[in-house]
Amino acid sequence: MTAGANSVSVAMVGSGGAGVLTTGEMLLEAACAAGWNGLLTRSVGPQIRGGEAASLLRLARSPVECMADQFDLLVGIDWVNAGRFGDEIPLGESSVLVCDPAAGAPPPMAANAKRVIELPIAEITKAHPAWRANMLALGAAGHLLGLDESALHGVIAKRFAAKGSEVVAANVAAAAAGARAVDTERGRVALAPVAQAAAKRWLITGNEAVALGALLGGVRFAAAYPITPASDILEWLAPNLTKVGGTLVQAEDELASVNMIIGASYGGVPSLTATSGPGLSLMIESLGLATAAEVPIVIVDVMRGGPSTGIPTKSEQSDLNIAIYGMHGDAPHLVIAPQSVGDCWLSAQWATGLAEALQAPAIVLSDQFLGQAQTAITRPVERPPTGKRRVADGANLPYARYAAGGDGVSPMAIPGTARCAYTADGLTHTERGTPTSGAHDHVAQLDKRRDKLDGHEYGPLWATIEGDSETAVLAWGSLTGVVREGIAQARADGVSAKLIAPRLLLPTRPAEMSAALAGVKRVLVVEQTHGMQFLKYLRAHYDLPAEVSVLHRPGPLPIRPHEVRQRLIEGGSR
Amino acid sequence: MNAAEPLKCRPSDYKSEVKPIWCPGCGDYHVLMALTRAMAALGLPPERIAVVSGIGCSSRIPAYTNCYGFHGVHGRSLAVATGLKIARPDITVICASGDGDGYSIGGNHFLHACRRNVDLAYIVMDNHIYGMTKGQPSPTTEPDFDTALAPGGTGLRPFNPLVVALASGANFVARAYSGNPNETAELIVDAIKHPGFSFVEILSPCVTYRPDQRSWKDRVHPAPVTPTDDPARAARRLMTDDGFNLGVLYRGHRAPYTPPTAAAMVAPESLEEEFEV
Amino acid sequence: MSGANVPPVTSVAALYGIAHRIEADAAERYAMLADQMETHNNLDLARMFRDLARAERLHADKIRELAGAIGVGDDGGPIGPWKADSPESVDLYAARYDMSPHEALRMALAAEERALAFYTDLAASKVDRTVRDLATSFAAEEREHVALCHRLLERYPPASAARPGDPDAPGDR
Repeated sequence: MTAGANSVSVAMVGSGGAGVLTTGEMLLEAACAAGWNGLLTRSVGPQIRGGEAASLLRLARSPVECMADQFDLLVGIDWVNAGRFGDEIPLGESSVLVCDPAAGAPPPMAANAKRVIELPIAEITKAHPAWRANMLALGAAGHLLGLDESALHGVIAKRFAAKGSEVVAANVAAAAAGARAVDTERGRVALAPVAQAAAKRWLITGNEAVALGALLGGVRFAAAYPITPASDILEWLAPNLTKVGGTLVQAEDELASVNMIIGASYGGVPSLTATSGPGLSLMIESLGLATAAEVPIVIVDVMRGGPSTGIPTKSEQSDLNIAIYGMHGDAPHLVIAPQSVGDCWLSAQWATGLAEALQAPAIVLSDQFLGQAQTAITRPVERPPTGKRRVADGANLPYARYAAGGDGVSPMAIPGTARCAYTADGLTHTERGTPTSGAHDHVAQLDKRRDKLDGHEYGPLWATIEGDSETAVLAWGSLTGVVREGIAQARADGVSAKLIAPRLLLPTRPAEMSAALAGVKRVLVVEQTHGMQFLKYLRAHYDLPAEVSVLHRPGPLPIRPHEVRQRLIEGGSR
Repeated sequence: MNAAEPLKCRPSDYKSEVKPIWCPGCGDYHVLMALTRAMAALGLPPERIAVVSGIGCSSRIPAYTNCYGFHGVHGRSLAVATGLKIARPDITVICASGDGDGYSIGGNHFLHACRRNVDLAYIVMDNHIYGMTKGQPSPTTEPDFDTALAPGGTGLRPFNPLVVALASGANFVARAYSGNPNETAELIVDAIKHPGFSFVEILSPCVTYRPDQRSWKDRVHPAPVTPTDDPARAARRLMTDDGFNLGVLYRGHRAPYTPPTAAAMVAPESLEEEFEV
Repeated sequence: MSGANVPPVTSVAALYGIAHRIEADAAERYAMLADQMETHNNLDLARMFRDLARAERLHADKIRELAGAIGVGDDGGPIGPWKADSPESVDLYAARYDMSPHEALRMALAAEERALAFYTDLAASKVDRTVRDLATSFAAEEREHVALCHRLLERYPPASAARPGDPDAPGDR
């Protein structure tokens, strides 16, 4: 559904050095400077440099958390290999196509777009060699959107400032020429203007937000092994941890990175690593160690298509199973899934505090969409409750590191504390930490580790619950925003639905979920997996109403809001 | 030794109440003896020391000391020790391992720990066999040693840990024999004091699966040369020695790893500013 | 091996220190063996090693008493003056979980004989007469211990060759 004046979606494609990625960023920046909100994702070919690329933007008057159903504007700087983006750039009859007639025939996906505006890029750049093709496209797109030209020129000036005023002037001139060259009468897609936003806003990606949230949550040590699409988190942390007195170390592999953070946290320093599916698979054994030895750590898993190497650059929710069930043995731990780019911040900060307070590993289950989408968010005012580690001071002797009872959280001695030296152990141990194979100690420690997590009061952050209806849509992670928009669309058709999106996936909250499902007769489960992992998870842990259906699809194609709307309307819920 | 020096710490101060599960006659008892003597000689309070290990007979050692201990998963002790030392440079970190844990499943970490040169002492109790899993060949097992898992022998050339350590950048390379507990203790003291990554390979017989290793006591001998700081010379010696040269075999001058530090600290909240529109 | 790199003993004070350390090391070693045998359920042997440890401890205390005002120093610090073992320390590698009392006594005998050789050598060396005299008296004491070991060995004859082995022996499984 094209939201017209309230939301406009723009795709820009080009190949080898056309600069569509930069162009997308600049357009988003300019739109935000003009008071709009926006969301930017990118799609690239497998080449390291010079491959075909697409910037996918959604600009809107109010904050947006997912891509729209279709694109209103497709700008092609060239069409080399652009056909590979066909499935990702749905266009409708009202969509506008901007292209250079000299670039040849547009790819098949453009056939739907009946309104075509010519932008003679090759001709103009031939006459003005200092002008870049992507600046022409940027100016053209900005003009069609009704973007204030000064905002665009401001972004250009900022971006090229280091290269000197001549370069700035050339690029401003190119953008202005691009604006003049398009005929708005043939297909204007203007977004309604807004007053400058009063609240402070940020332009941030989910990966940056996770990193910032974890740092604000107290993380001061990170170990890093590069992996797409999680490396951005580590690259942001590298300089910024140093600025606050922390450290990031590059590890030789994921087996090392997880064990490094376990070592650092054992030493008393809140620690994190970030990875994606293949890395999480390697880390799993040591997650069990952190569970058994009760060492708090945070692992961010930015999910991508799997299994195996899968699709490193595309989003999927298919690491749910491994995050919940991956470890051998009975290994209670925390799994927290952010629901939007802004929520990445809150979730990471919350997860860090929970890991510290409960002395357990926490997996932050983000995904490629959230991680790499750049968006303008209103500065999050809601801050999660802070969590602090309970530390032994040598007052209660003899020190029993793993003393059971109470809330299950036993004070942890930090190396350097006299009279409290103990050996942290992955072997089943007694309360003093001595290895044992006895049934009593085994069960006592399993109970302890379960009870401390189950018994904790997580508060309302455990889930997002919105609306009231006999129909509920259950979703999680980045699908939350898609479902919220789908429900809003259905509401316009007179169909209501309640949104239930758990942020805390483990430990499960049966009582809270029962309360959320009270009065619900029908459930639609929406998830981005092939194997319906979320549905199976819900069925295993929660009592669902009799009528359950599921909308699921693996990556790379996103589930779009109109598909949720369609299912709700078919379900006939009023 | 200066007899006039007052006795500050005794080795027994570093021993815990936990009784080792090692076989009677195991070389690791001597290593524990040497380790506690070394700790006493250094005079460090037990709570200022952390002993980190992985899995295997040798890796049981942390709980037998009175220090902070970490008994993790198989092969990852160096990673845990690295994280701990970087996060807590004030703690003396000793990493303990065996030939299976350290050279096989943990082999990659060995290379990179040498390369990274964090200020750690790494002691590997090498008995050329997997003892805890009952007698399978390890990377240092002789090619013709007959086992159930490799009948007739593996036919594989044994791993040379000292050469690998040197080539990978270890700053201190020594070989010890557990049957010489005092010499071993001196080498551990030296390794702990030497800046950077210090590697001590300790020949530590497995009397249960390798009773033939009782003869090691007759095969070991002091290295006929003084330690060198020239990696090329050390490499030649290590590649041509008989595997029973004891002592410090390489002592380098590479500065230990230090994490980057900021010129000026900032408040964490100020990091939000870079995202402002 | 055990006598390797023995530091020169040039004074009575040094000899008291060394002698005390020899006994203390021996006691520590026997205590370790006793622990090992307890862990491995060879309780008869554990008792025997515990007794031997006590005897060596008493011997060490006796030397301290003998030294009187001279004292036994600090035993040379936590790390012994020998690269390898103290002369009187039993060879740990000879220990086995299923060893017999006879075999254990053989280990002890070998240790006592090493101690005896150490003091005998010292008594015959060109050191100060007071040192030689003291070494001679320590040698006499060790000779008694050697004799005691021999007497005990008679009480605990070697196990018959027909003694059934461990049906669950570690090397076979």
